[in-house]
Amino acid sequence: MTETITITCIRCPVGCDIDLEVEDGEILSMEGAGCIQGEDYAREEYRNPTRVLPTTVRVKGGVLPYVPVKTAEPIPKGELEAAVEELATVEVEAPIELGDVIVEDIRGTGVAIVATRDLPAAEEEPVAAD
Amino acid sequence: MTESRQAVTGDLDAMRREEHDLVVVGGGPAGLGAAQAAYDEGVDDIVILERDFELGGILQQCVHPGFGLEYFEEELTGPEYAQQFIENVAERGVDIRLDTMVLEVTHDRTVYAVNDEDGVTEIDAEKVILAMGCRERTRDALDIPGSRPAGIFTAGTAQRLINMEGKLPGEKAVILGSGDVGLIMARHMHLEGAEVEAVLEIMPYTGGITRNVVQCLEDFDIPLRTQQTITEIHGNDRVEGVTVQEVDEDFEPIPGTEYEIECDTILLSVGLIPENELSIDAGVELHSVTGGPIVDETRETNVEDIYACGNVLHVHDVVDWVTEESMIAGRSAARSLQDRVETREEPIEIESTEKLRYVVPDRISTVDPDREEIPLYMRVHAPMEEVFVTLSSGGEQLARTFERRAEPGEMITLNVDSETLAELPEPRLELDVVQREEA
Amino acid sequence: MQSETDVLVVGGGVTGTAIARELSRYRLDVVLVEKAPDVCTGTSKANTALIHAGFNADPEKQKGRLNVRGNELYHERIQHELDVPIEWRGALVVATDESERPKLEELLEKGQRNGVDGLEILEREALLEKEPHLSDDAVAALWAPTAGIVNPFELTVGFANNAVENGASVELEAEVTDITETDDGFTVETAKGEIDAEIVINAAGLYSDEVSAMVGIDDFEITPRRGEYYLYDKQFEIDIDTTIFPVPTEVTKGIVVTPTDENNLLIGPNAQEIDDKRDKATTRQGLDKVLEGAKKTVPDLTKQDVIKEFAGLRPAIKETGDFRIQIEEEVPGFINAAGIQSPGLASAPATAELVVDLVEELTGDLEEDPTFDPNYSGPPKVRHMSHKERAALIEEDPRYGQIICRCETVTEGEIRDAINQPVPAQTVNAIKRRVRPGAGRCQGGFCGPRVIEILSEELDVPMTEIKLEEEGSELLTDEIKQPLLEKSREGSEVNADD
Repeated sequence: MTETITITCIRCPVGCDIDLEVEDGEILSMEGAGCIQGEDYAREEYRNPTRVLPTTVRVKGGVLPYVPVKTAEPIPKGELEAAVEELATVEVEAPIELGDVIVEDIRGTGVAIVATRDLPAAEEEPVAAD
Repeated sequence: MTESRQAVTGDLDAMRREEHDLVVVGGGPAGLGAAQAAYDEGVDDIVILERDFELGGILQQCVHPGFGLEYFEEELTGPEYAQQFIENVAERGVDIRLDTMVLEVTHDRTVYAVNDEDGVTEIDAEKVILAMGCRERTRDALDIPGSRPAGIFTAGTAQRLINMEGKLPGEKAVILGSGDVGLIMARHMHLEGAEVEAVLEIMPYTGGITRNVVQCLEDFDIPLRTQQTITEIHGNDRVEGVTVQEVDEDFEPIPGTEYEIECDTILLSVGLIPENELSIDAGVELHSVTGGPIVDETRETNVEDIYACGNVLHVHDVVDWVTEESMIAGRSAARSLQDRVETREEPIEIESTEKLRYVVPDRISTVDPDREEIPLYMRVHAPMEEVFVTLSSGGEQLARTFERRAEPGEMITLNVDSETLAELPEPRLELDVVQREEA
Repeated sequence: MQSETDVLVVGGGVTGTAIARELSRYRLDVVLVEKAPDVCTGTSKANTALIHAGFNADPEKQKGRLNVRGNELYHERIQHELDVPIEWRGALVVATDESERPKLEELLEKGQRNGVDGLEILEREALLEKEPHLSDDAVAALWAPTAGIVNPFELTVGFANNAVENGASVELEAEVTDITETDDGFTVETAKGEIDAEIVINAAGLYSDEVSAMVGIDDFEITPRRGEYYLYDKQFEIDIDTTIFPVPTEVTKGIVVTPTDENNLLIGPNAQEIDDKRDKATTRQGLDKVLEGAKKTVPDLTKQDVIKEFAGLRPAIKETGDFRIQIEEEVPGFINAAGIQSPGLASAPATAELVVDLVEELTGDLEEDPTFDPNYSGPPKVRHMSHKERAALIEEDPRYGQIICRCETVTEGEIRDAINQPVPAQTVNAIKRRVRPGAGRCQGGFCGPRVIEILSEELDVPMTEIKLEEEGSELLTDEIKQPLLEKSREGSEVNADD
């Protein structure tokens, strides 16, 4: 059965509404894109919408209790909620550096979770030397 | 160069006294960009005074991507963008004072700063760059009646609570205002397991960028309701709900359209206001529309040797523009310190049509041989399609730029080159917006 | 909580705390119980903050006599003893039409009869010189130099802390639920336990009718009368130096325009009788009336630069329109200090003086405590210090060098001091009342999270338990990630059942 789906392009501020005529997962035609980039976006957004996930992960002994992280690459949109749930169980230890891999493969997507800032360890009371 | 850190302490007078070439008030993106540019222009006695425990300002709590596309030509998150500049100023040996609050800047550039280590420091500065950023409009500034329970937060405060303190401000939220911070917080609250009932917007269109509408709301089926606003807040101790009403063209609530939403939290994303308390005390004259200082093209205010840049000057939509502008301020302050710029006998006034909400700068008052062009930043009042922004002087068109869609939320830049400025028919520049077919 | 006392005061508003402090002057065991987690959370926290001169006071009424005496006591004693902002800005009653002039003459005579000093009628020119923002319609005004403004939060807290310093105890979150008469007094049941008292003083404000009814005195009723206000930014361009009243009419006293002790402009209140004693919601209609009324004397006012709108409830006894401060003859040992609406704040020291007289009447004789010290000081007000003073203070104590609230420049030291006072600040609003973080133009946007953090540290409870004001006003609901963990745990439980 043929149906029409509208996708708002986000490649530029114009934000064209692109109407896709689709059948059985195949795009039959497309209308409303102001440029080629828009058509590419609509095709990708229809077939496999992906997103970069920004969130935070719990940190032990840091100057802040959480470190901001993101997926190193966009992951399938449908995995976003499950990914944050998985990350809720993760705890890392300070110090952390920007780019450190926090989780190697989130939800079997093959995409790593990386830290997006340096997070120094909190200064602690000096421990007596042995 | 003057000597730095001439500390004088004593029982009778515990105040430290120092002299510096450049004092930058604020260590967010604007302060960092200004300090870096000033250093690179040859000034090495620079102090950044930052009130938070680290540099980076609000960027540190903006953990989402969307930063740096203009400046780095790569998409970064807020902390990633900040870290680049933090490393840059550290490498340059800029003197950074954290947890330090500026109490006063006088019109003759004496800066009083306080922290718990040095106490009060009186700094005699050759140049001061104001880069204090902005604050959020509050519930009271909106004049929403009702009770005053716990659970009403500005979106930025909620963002800090979640991303930096790790605390959830509520479980069931209504967001008022569809600016980018509001949209981003909708996604964040949702992903942290809270329910977001709706995002309400009083205007007929969203205040945020399309991408955020798609990726923060549509992705999670969070409704965006335009031309609606909160007209009453309920709940004695904690928020229990809100009354929402549709509004007419004058933003007046339409009787009979009231409905209630049950929620325990209200996040407000209804605008930002430049933080100019220090500027006012220094005698800086403010612009009635931007709420920030009136500046010339070097970002110098009416008070000699005091500059302003970033969101304290006017609220920017993208941090990349803050960086560009703060670099203008930093570079200009440095060149002025080195006597490399000349003051024009008569400044060139910049005037604009009513279709433009504001233009920065307000005037061009120097001649700088090292400068090739001067960017003019402006915003339109309401969305327009297929328009030219034109720059003319004495009836002669000097430059123009085409905008397929001009939105109030997106800054328009128009560059004027120095050669053009040298031969103006009269010391006035006029900006106008015309439809393509008229042009 | 102690189980016995000579005198129990119910209610920690300005009246109750002033009474407790005045009683602590004598060799008496005094306990004050308050239902909220702080003093000054009812009528005392939301009013016009005026020490009325007393020119409009009715000498036939208790409230009239106490107003005049209260004003004297603020001048003679309170301002010197308590470290509380009191400023004698004076008040103007402004006639904006010649037809109102006779009313000014009438108020002048009435004031002179009441013994109010310094009253005079100012003509237009002198008036506009004093207050250039007054309406062009202003024709003349009654000038009352002895009128003042006070910070009602610091005043109430000051009374309470000074009472505790002098041996009284203040029990917070100790709502009175029942009172039983016994052979030698009363047994008072509170949320914190029972306490036996020889004398009970009811200063329960909005709830004083309910407390009184607990001992069978139920011949009066408190009607909450709501008053709404707008508070402006300190940097608001309209500078008003004195308290400005319109000429009162039969129907209304009119909207007051006044500076506060921190130089925020305050306008209000309207007056509306309502049913719910907890309903402190502002209304569109009410707020519009407030602005409209204020424009009668200061026409340039707009909503621009408003930083806060709020409403307060006045506990009025409608039938008499007066205070009811008396020993209830049917229940010896029970003193009502009820119906304390305006000018309750101006009267508070005099009310306390009168109540002590009543206690003396009951006990026969009161012996002064020679160790009583009437002087109290709160945390240093760093924001009012010169740079040099501030530097010297920080050298002694670096906590005063760390600024938490940017708008009001409140330091970490002041916030921690507030939490460690004799009557401790345990909520975000309690800290705001004492030392002002969050009272500025950003309304806590920046400092809110830090204040919660400091409270959590000092009180040694998780941040999620920190309240804005009363029970149920917790500000944060959870640690992030917790709802997600619960969600995934629930998910796995469902799977386990399959």
